[in-house]
Amino acid sequence: MRVWKFGDNIDTDAIIPGRFLTIYNPTELAKHAFEGTRDEYAKQVREGDIVVAGKNFGCGSSREHAPLALIGGGVRMVLAQSFARIFFRNAINVGVLPVVCRDANLISDGAKISVNLKKGFVEVEGKQFAIEPVPPFMQGIIDAGGLVAYARDLKEVPVCTKSQR
Amino acid sequence: MGSTIVEKIFSRKCGNEIRAGEVVMAPIDGAMIHDITGPLAIQKFSEMGGDRVFDPGRVIMLFDHQIPADSLEAAENHVFMRKFAKEQGIFNYDINEGVCHQVVLEKGRAAPGEIIVGADSHTCMYGAVGAFATGIGSTDMGFALKFGALYFKVPETIRASVSGKFQKRVGAKDLILSIAADIGADGATYQAIEFGGKTIEKMDMAGRMTCCNMAIEMGAKAGIVPPDKVTWEYLKGKRKMKPFDLSSDEDAVFAQKRSYSISDLEPQVAVPHNVDQGVPVSKVEGTPIDQVFIGSCTNGRYEDLAEAAEVLGKKKFDPKTRVLIIPASREEYLKALENGLVERFVKAGALVEAPCCGPCMGGSFGLLAAGETCLSTSNRNFKGRQGSTEASVFLSSAATAAASAMKGRITDPREV
Repeated sequence: MRVWKFGDNIDTDAIIPGRFLTIYNPTELAKHAFEGTRDEYAKQVREGDIVVAGKNFGCGSSREHAPLALIGGGVRMVLAQSFARIFFRNAINVGVLPVVCRDANLISDGAKISVNLKKGFVEVEGKQFAIEPVPPFMQGIIDAGGLVAYARDLKEVPVCTKSQR
Repeated sequence: MGSTIVEKIFSRKCGNEIRAGEVVMAPIDGAMIHDITGPLAIQKFSEMGGDRVFDPGRVIMLFDHQIPADSLEAAENHVFMRKFAKEQGIFNYDINEGVCHQVVLEKGRAAPGEIIVGADSHTCMYGAVGAFATGIGSTDMGFALKFGALYFKVPETIRASVSGKFQKRVGAKDLILSIAADIGADGATYQAIEFGGKTIEKMDMAGRMTCCNMAIEMGAKAGIVPPDKVTWEYLKGKRKMKPFDLSSDEDAVFAQKRSYSISDLEPQVAVPHNVDQGVPVSKVEGTPIDQVFIGSCTNGRYEDLAEAAEVLGKKKFDPKTRVLIIPASREEYLKALENGLVERFVKAGALVEAPCCGPCMGGSFGLLAAGETCLSTSNRNFKGRQGSTEASVFLSSAATAAASAMKGRITDPREV
């Protein structure tokens, strides 16, 4: 599993440019992921690779095409110092795990990375970096396998009830 | 302990006290989908076992990003959505009315105290009428369409108090670009921004829309202006509602309070490639530009077009600069037409297009080639947003855009 390293404020236009938004198929979207921003990504990304970024990953447009374009290339986890709100929810809903790692900026491009979600760290070239758990109320959606699976069997929802934060 | 306006909106809806930081499954008053994010939302709705939407009268559908259909794929997406609208009994504004956010407000589909979600990040614009409105992705929208409710983490609020009187040809866009530069691209993530103070109280609805529209550019979940006389006046004839009080308590707990004094504010320009890179126009004056875009949900209203026309006067645009002017909606277009603005722009050398998102998101027409520069009144200048990743986009008000279009280079509107 290799690291694809990006900087701060990677917006959803960079992840998947506006001209490809008539496409909804993840595999097709993945062919244009980071097009113009990092052209070798789409050709070289492999199943299980991890996108690592700085602050505010996924800012901008609400397009769900962005996490779909990552999934289509086999990426199921993004590690960043922080995430933009809409991307964070979209990612969880469609099955890309957004993981906050305050030291993500210290991880280098191309490095081999392994993840230990249970113990809360990633390991890169012998060094461990702490990762934060996702908010408990989102964990339910992750455990179900995404929001579609979570909602499929629900007939109604408990309106106005509060959840665990 | 008092409550913020956002806490009050959620508490009113649910009939019990809800505080920032709490996660609540809240009922929604409206759900907006358009031609880019709508097809996927409908697909997700179906995958979730959705049969009938929660309330067809509360679903707002229209097409604005790729209209008239600019590709076979876009045409097919439109057909798919029309079919869904028909099956579900949803009123579809189709390609006829303009940019989604402008249409939602002018048709009275958002009102004070309501909770509205839209499958578009600039949905936060409806905060201009005192609604809590936020952008969501297509899967969340599928959920909202099925259940008429969605999980919200109720945000804390940053209160931005604005005082002072704008200089001539300086206005709401300059203010919000300077606030974005101050707060930063992620400075309000997961928070709401409440705009208040004397300047906002005096600001017209068009300006409030511009401010709330760009709350997302600081990462905010919502922007909001407490409803007042200006709001209720705007809603007359749109909604049958009795005015009521809705504002933050003085002893509400805010994440931050920030004050802005704008009497000396210069026209602002956000330089490539982030929205929080706003600088006074004097810092970039003279930068040559290939294209000017006046339009979008941020600044495509009649007030913006009138401001551009006032700056233009009887002069012409620079013939070497492509000038695209796109009113945000049919209503705004008609006002511009009836007041002679369209004729003036066309005679000055501009292309005036039918209401739509235009080049704002780089998916349709008006794209930029590598090496080109555009000055745009829209909301994002991300690398590649309007075409090539080697193009540059600057953001400004309509006044600055018009002045710059006349000179073919970035120009202070106070100097033409």
